[in-house]
Amino acid sequence: MTQLILLHEDDNVLVVVAPVEVGDMLTVAGGTVPAREGITVGHKVARHALAAGDKVIKYGAPIGSMIAPAEPGEWVHMHNMKSDYIASHTRAVVGGAA
Amino acid sequence: MIEGYLRSDGRKGIRNVTIVAYLVECAHHVARRIVDKADDPDVHLVGFPGCYPNAYAAKVMEAIATHPNVGGVVLVSLGCESFNRERLRAVVEASGRPVELLVIQEVGGTAATTKAGLEAVERVRAGAAKTPRVPMAVEELVVATICGGSDGTSGITANPAVGRAFDRFVADGATCIFEETGELVGCETIMATRAITPELGREIEACVEKAERYYTTMGFGSFAPGNAEGGLTTQEEKSMGAYSKSGSSPISGIIKPGDLAPTGGLYLLDVVPDGEPRFGFPNISDNAEIVELIACGAHVTLFTTGRGSVVGSAISPVIKICANPETGRRLAADMDVNAGRILEGEATLAQVGDEIYDRVIAVASGERSVSEELGHREFILTYKAFEPVGPACLPTRVQPVLA
Repeated sequence: MTQLILLHEDDNVLVVVAPVEVGDMLTVAGGTVPAREGITVGHKVARHALAAGDKVIKYGAPIGSMIAPAEPGEWVHMHNMKSDYIASHTRAVVGGAA
Repeated sequence: MIEGYLRSDGRKGIRNVTIVAYLVECAHHVARRIVDKADDPDVHLVGFPGCYPNAYAAKVMEAIATHPNVGGVVLVSLGCESFNRERLRAVVEASGRPVELLVIQEVGGTAATTKAGLEAVERVRAGAAKTPRVPMAVEELVVATICGGSDGTSGITANPAVGRAFDRFVADGATCIFEETGELVGCETIMATRAITPELGREIEACVEKAERYYTTMGFGSFAPGNAEGGLTTQEEKSMGAYSKSGSSPISGIIKPGDLAPTGGLYLLDVVPDGEPRFGFPNISDNAEIVELIACGAHVTLFTTGRGSVVGSAISPVIKICANPETGRRLAADMDVNAGRILEGEATLAQVGDEIYDRVIAVASGERSVSEELGHREFILTYKAFEPVGPACLPTRVQPVLA
């Protein structure tokens, strides 16, 4: 079953469309890599190696910038990327860490 | 075929709802008691909680009380609040709808007003029942869209599927409205290229820039923790997904809450207040946006969700389109359309788009949407301030000829 889809040929991230378990073989640019972590549906992984400062491209459009590097197949989310517009927030930011 | 309820302004409704409207929070309980005791799925509670005057709230309440889906109105006032109840009553009366006004301080308190209100509902409902039924064309429909509880699947399945349905409705000559400029931050340049005039394109960019400034002052984007849990990382990523609800038709204009689109076609509803931020967040929750879409004449709202929203609305049916297959299984009993099938290879975007189109026609023809059937009748209206739209926002409007 397809676990990752490419939305636009210019994208440097892939979207998870079926749950990923640790060790699943993920098809990314240039071959397959084992998943380092479990990733749920709707999340993103790097299509190829990304460096801090790189624009993240999804739907063929920039959706933010990397703040840390990511290997191909690595989860891309709030720990390694940020908005170029308005900072995103989590409940911990608003209500204090549980 | 759709059989509409013909109103005196020529618009047609797909429902014939009686509304009970409280004009200040102090009258909310009495209005709710009246609605509860009436125990009729077509008697809906709406209202405005504030005691201070607000031109926006007055305009939205007038638009709601004369919405084509509304057949009659019962107004419940405490008596001392600022809301101009006589003006609202006069507007409804002038529209040809039955209307009654109850002032709690004059009628004699909670129990007496509840009893009088129930009798008023009976009379208004009987009056509304006389509304003529006439054939209604698809081009007379106003279809709105909103997303709530978005996740990383929304922008791949449900949102572009709504976009496909929107393209079909626009091709039919119907009016389609998308909104939440705060969730279009990052899309302004692409969106401006779809405007029917360059001047409108500049207005679209300006209206998204206004949203970005406003949200920056508020300190939060239009981005909830659940969006992040569902795989969305940034405002602009959420925006790109949300934007796909608008489909690919040209954008005919920008309207503001309470405005009616002058023609068929695709319109952007600017929901972010004008001027310096004064009353807080533009829309404190999804239903505030749905109320504004309805105030722009929406007969039906297409609500896409990835995390799983359960809301509906007073006045106009909400149709739920679930983006995420896992949510679709967990909250199946709350969803009208399962767009998550696209991810699992069981349906194409075009097929789900057609299914959404057909669902709108069925609901417009009288079938209850799932949220309607479950009794969802949410309504929320708070303070805002708007300037009227400029001429460049509505290139399709016929300009008045000066004598």
